[in-house]
Formats: sequence, C-alpha cells, structure tokens
Amino acid sequence: MEIKKPKIKGLPYNEFKDNEYIEELRRNGVGVIVGVLDELINWGRSNSVWPLTFATSCCGIEFMSIGAARYDFARFGFEVTRASPRQADVIMVAGTIVTKMAPVLLRLYEQMADPKYVVAVGNCAISGGPFTNSYHVVQGVDKILPVDVFIPGCPTRPEALLYGMMQLQRKIKLEHFFGEVNKKEPKSHQMPAIYPGEEPVFAEKYKQHPILANAAQNRPQADTKQAETKAE
Amino acid sequence: MSTLKAQIQNICPQAAFSHEDTDTLHAEVSPKELAGLFKHLKTDKTFLFDYMEDLIGMDFGEKLGVIYRFYSTENKQRIVLICQAESREKPELPSATPWWGIANFYEREVYDFFGIIFIGHPDMRRLFLRNDWVGYPLRKDYDASPEINPVRLDAEPMDDIAPSYSEKDGKIEEEDNLRFQKDEYVVNIGPQHPATHGVLHFQVSLEGETVKKVDVHCGYIHRGIEKMCESLTYPQTIGYTDRLDYLSAHQNRHALCACIEEAMGLEIPRRAQYIRALMDELSRIQSHLLMYACYCMDLGALTPFFYAFRDREKILNIFEDSGAGRLIQNYYVIGGVSRDLHPDFVKKTAEFIKYLPTVLPEYHKVFTGNVIFQQRSKGIGILTREQAISNGVTGPAARASGWACDLRKHQPYSVYDEVEFNEIIRTGGDCFDRYMVRMDEIHESIAIIDQLLAKLPEGDYCAKTKPVIKLPEGRYFKSVETARGEFGVFIESRGEKYPWRLKFHPPCLPLVSVVDLLTRGGKIADLISIGASLDYVVPDIDR
Repeated sequence: MEIKKPKIKGLPYNEFKDNEYIEELRRNGVGVIVGVLDELINWGRSNSVWPLTFATSCCGIEFMSIGAARYDFARFGFEVTRASPRQADVIMVAGTIVTKMAPVLLRLYEQMADPKYVVAVGNCAISGGPFTNSYHVVQGVDKILPVDVFIPGCPTRPEALLYGMMQLQRKIKLEHFFGEVNKKEPKSHQMPAIYPGEEPVFAEKYKQHPILANAAQNRPQADTKQAETKAE
Repeated sequence: MSTLKAQIQNICPQAAFSHEDTDTLHAEVSPKELAGLFKHLKTDKTFLFDYMEDLIGMDFGEKLGVIYRFYSTENKQRIVLICQAESREKPELPSATPWWGIANFYEREVYDFFGIIFIGHPDMRRLFLRNDWVGYPLRKDYDASPEINPVRLDAEPMDDIAPSYSEKDGKIEEEDNLRFQKDEYVVNIGPQHPATHGVLHFQVSLEGETVKKVDVHCGYIHRGIEKMCESLTYPQTIGYTDRLDYLSAHQNRHALCACIEEAMGLEIPRRAQYIRALMDELSRIQSHLLMYACYCMDLGALTPFFYAFRDREKILNIFEDSGAGRLIQNYYVIGGVSRDLHPDFVKKTAEFIKYLPTVLPEYHKVFTGNVIFQQRSKGIGILTREQAISNGVTGPAARASGWACDLRKHQPYSVYDEVEFNEIIRTGGDCFDRYMVRMDEIHESIAIIDQLLAKLPEGDYCAKTKPVIKLPEGRYFKSVETARGEFGVFIESRGEKYPWRLKFHPPCLPLVSVVDLLTRGGKIADLISIGASLDYVVPDIDR
C-alpha cells in the first residue's frame, strides 16, 4: 500500500526518505478512520514537541542558542522548554552522561509522560565522545535509555540540532498513535517502586536506597533491624 | 627569598628546599611539621599567605602526597609546599581547613581521588564520585576495570553522616557528624534544575523561607579528564581544556599551551601572541554576554536573553571565520595557533567593537535599572574581601569584593603588558556588584581589542615544534585570567611524552564553595540570584 508522503517544512522528501527505520514504521497498514485521526493527532504532536531543559555540558549552550533569535526553534514548535519532566515530550540529552548522573537521568526519563522521546545530542551522549576511555563516563546514553535520534558533533552545531529535531518530527508523523504509541510502555521503563503492587526491574534497588531529602529518617529502621537481630 | 627560607627553616628544621634561584621557593616538609607550619604561614606578619592558590593531590610513585601553592596578597610572594604522607595504605595529612576556607573542598577532592585522609577536616566525604565508589581513581595503581565500578542505575545512597578524623593521644579517631538534624526541613535543588546552571545538586536546609545551610554535591559531570591526560601526549591533552569551561575555551587552552611552551622553552611568534590575546578578549565578551543572558533569565526576564544571544552570535561568527569552531574552537596549538586569521577578521572585529558599545546602554535600560532586579541583587549575598581571598574566589566575583586580582594586570602574560586597560574593582561584594563588574569588563575588553587590532603585527602564526614533544623533568605551573577567574595548569613531567600528573585549577570550584557562605540567613529566592551572579560553569567544577 502506498502511503502518503509526509510533508515537512524545509526538508526535501528525498532526504527524508533515506532511512531504513521508516520501513519498520510503515510495516502495518491502518484503517481509514484511525489513519486519518492518526495523521491529525500526529500533525499536532509533531509541531508542539516540548523539550525538557536538560543539559549537562557544552551542547547545552548550543541548545540555548537554538532557542535564541538567530536559529529560533519556535519555527518548529519546540520553543516551550519545560523545567519539569512531567510536562515534557522529549529529553535532549545534551552533554556527557557520567556514572553518577546515570540514575538521575533514568529517573527523569521515567518521570516523563508517554509518548516520550530521547534525542542524544553530541558525541558524548552518543558514545562517550572524547571521554570514552574515562573511568566515570557512560559510553553512550543508549546504554540507559531508548534513543530516537542521534545528533553527532562536538558540540553539535545549531543547524544539526534543528535537523535532528526535524528527524524526530518525521518519526512522530509516521507513528500510529492509536494502538501503538499510546499503549503502555514495557515494564522496564515504568516508574519504579512508587506504585505498590507492581514489580518493575529497578524496584528493589530503589527500595534499598531511596533518595530522601533527609536520610536521617532512615536511621530508625536500621535501629529496629539491629534490635531484631539482637532479639534473635 | 633567603629570608623566607630561613624563617621556614626556623619552624621546620628538617625542611628540604629547592628552586631557590627562581621567584617561587619550594619547600618539602614532613606531615608532622606541616600542621604547625600552617598557623605560621597564615598569621605571621612576615608570611601572611592568605590565598591558597591550589592544593594538588599527587601520586609520587612510592608515596602519596599533596602540593600546596600559597600566595600572599600583602607581601606579594609565593611559596610551594610539598608534603608526602608516610604510608601508602593509610595516608594521613593534617588539614588546612582552620586557616583557609577553600581547603575544605580541595581536601575533599584529594580524598576522593587519592584517598588521603585529612586529620581535622570537618567533613571527609567524597566530593565528586559516588559514595559507594570503590578505589581512588587518580592513584597510579587504580584498577579501572568496569567490573569493579559498573554503571549503577540505582540511586546513590546518601547518608546524613559525614565522617571526620581527629588525633587524640597519637591515635586517629573517627567521628560521625550529622549534616542535618532530624527535624530539619531539607529541600533538594538539582541535579536537574534550570537555576543551577547545569547538573549541580544543592541540599538546602530551610527554616520557613530562610536558608540555614546549603550542602553542595558536585560530580554529576565529572569526566575524569585529569586521569585521561596521564595517558595522552601533550598535543592530545590540549583538546580537553576547551571542554572544561566551554565559555572560556580559548583562555583555558591558552593556559595549557603557555604552560607547555614555557616548559619547553619555546618562544612563540609575536603575531600568535596577539591573536591569542585578541581571541581571549573576544571570548571574555561572549562569556559575559552569556552571563547577562542567564542572569536575566533566572530572574524571569526573557527579552535580555535574546539581546545577548543576538550579539554573542556575532562573536561566534568571527571565531568561525578564522577556521575555529563555534562554541569550542580548538584554535590554539602548542607554538601558536592552528591557522592564520581570516582576511576579514580585522574588519569584522573592528565593526563589532564599534557596534557593541551602541547596544550596551540598551542592555542596561532594559534590565539593570529594573526595580525587581535591583531589589533582588543589591545587598544580597555579600562576600567580603577576606572571605573571597580565604575561599580562593578569583575573577569578577573577587573584584566585586574589592580584591584586585586580575592576572592580566598583576602577572601579565602574553601581550597584556603592552595594552592599557583598567581593572574594574567594586567594593560592595553583593550580586549587583558582581553583575556590574562583568558588564564594565566588556568595555575594557573592547578597549584591549581596539589597541591590539591597531598593533597586530605580520609574521608567522605558529612556531615550529618537534613532532614528539617531551618536557624536561620538573613541575610547571601557569595560570591565566579566564572570564571566571584564575585558571591554572599544573604539570609534573618526568621527561616522557606523557605528563605524570596534569592538574587543572578550576576557577569555578571556589565559586561554588562560597554558595553556602553567601546564602546562609538569606531567602531561598536569593539562592537563585546568588548562583547566577557567581556565574559558575559546572563542567569546570567537576572536570
């Protein structure tokens, strides 16, 4: 079945086409009504992608640059940057992710509402970049999160960032919103340990070391454990 | 010099001296004598070493130890102390925290990287790495295999207990101090928070709206650059400097290149020196413009952000033209710069420095006079001159407190002694002064660029170097004035093509160490204003 060519402003179709991934997205046809609704919803979704203001290092400054007047990502509908992951659609991992940051990043991702996307910005987020041999650097954010778009560069140029975001738009436009994207995520990416009754992958670890404002609250528990062992 | 040596010999009879013919005396003292020496260094009229320039952890091969660099703002003299801990298994050294405020963070860093315990330090926790990290990465025998320290996806265990060590009757005793009391109300700000300017984590103890204490957690972008540099050749290491404080990329690189050139005894061409000074000043302007943009945005004004970025792009264009990158330029190399200036450089820069003074009044009109800004910055977060020196704060933040510490003026490097400019000094020490110092420095940078452009000589832009660069054995230190303060590079060479130890002295670590001091007793909203006015860059803190 021939599928309608999606139109993206400023991106020639030929350039848009050369990606194997697209075949995968187009594998299954959809019904007419659902398909039309999909298209409508995706038109809206792809033109109002709200990024999380998340940046660890250099690429974050370029991320700020595309927010400013010269590159102006408001043209594409990305300008509503959110400080809270609960309101964001996409997390731009701009900068190196180190071992200490990895659990925080995962937590941020898990706090985002579905459907959500990850863009790996810069060589550090892709593979560790120049720091790949370090003892404290995660070698690519795809080791932790499912990445949708990789944007190379050290740091990425604003033009590349915009192009990468357009690729994400294109991906969103081809998704089946009904029955696929709005379905539940696999268990491993659910919010761990917050909801009782479920047993996500990282639940045990979170129970062990919860991030608390004041860990002094934990101490009585430890005391009771000691008391129990003594009683035994 | 000889009097300094004699006086130290009085206090520490066993001290060994070197570098007596240079202007910086090196003294090697034993740990037992060190504790007593600190007090004399800080308080004796003849010493008055009030500024701790750097505290460098070292693995000397057989023993672990530290190298202290002290400077006296009163007597204008410098001393380097070397101290090696007695055992490698349980290295212990006396703490300098009672005398120098910044020693607190520096010693925690050394403990983190080398496992040296400082006796008398109030809070001996790791500074950068996770609490459950195994081993001390900058030791030469560190095992970096990922099986020992895998990427953990569980949250970092955060305990409220901070250990400290004290000496009683010749025995080292461990004490547990509670960081926060049980009934204290603690709010976490960061690591993901738009106002922390990166991935920094504050634990803020609050009493209503008043801040009682701030505990800073760093390391969320610690990339281990110093360890990586130990296995790279000198030309390879210079790439990492740009990625420390990416807004002062040119200046950071300048420090390392100049340090290596000085060690090699390489004379670089005049034109290259002028190009470096020009690029340094341009990047200082763009950094201050970015500070203006971020400060305004943190306080809720969005228009100045667009103004500042509009003009900042013009500078980035000039960088790009000369074959350098946009944000991270990779322009300087050992011996000069990688490419000659673009033919349009002089014209474009001259146009820019004519244009910028015409828009700066607009900047002040839209933001500086604003009542909200004035109330949120004047009298907020006051840093006194003594506090600035004791905490090692340099750069615009220290000059706002009245400390004349501009290295371009007081230890001229490159061609800064050939140009005329004013050192901007204010005495209030509050957020407003820190902001104004930066805004006024833009004018001074413009003046410097103007003079340099007029004098720009013709000639080579790079000196020829050998394909393999080996530094003669020794210790080298070089610092430059970046947009945020003194950025220093320490190299210990053992005659090979790799450095034995390469330490960067980040200007932003002292800045973040005073956040607790400045915010105590203020409102929580002031924390945002203070953080923005200090203008730290987190990857520079963490390295």
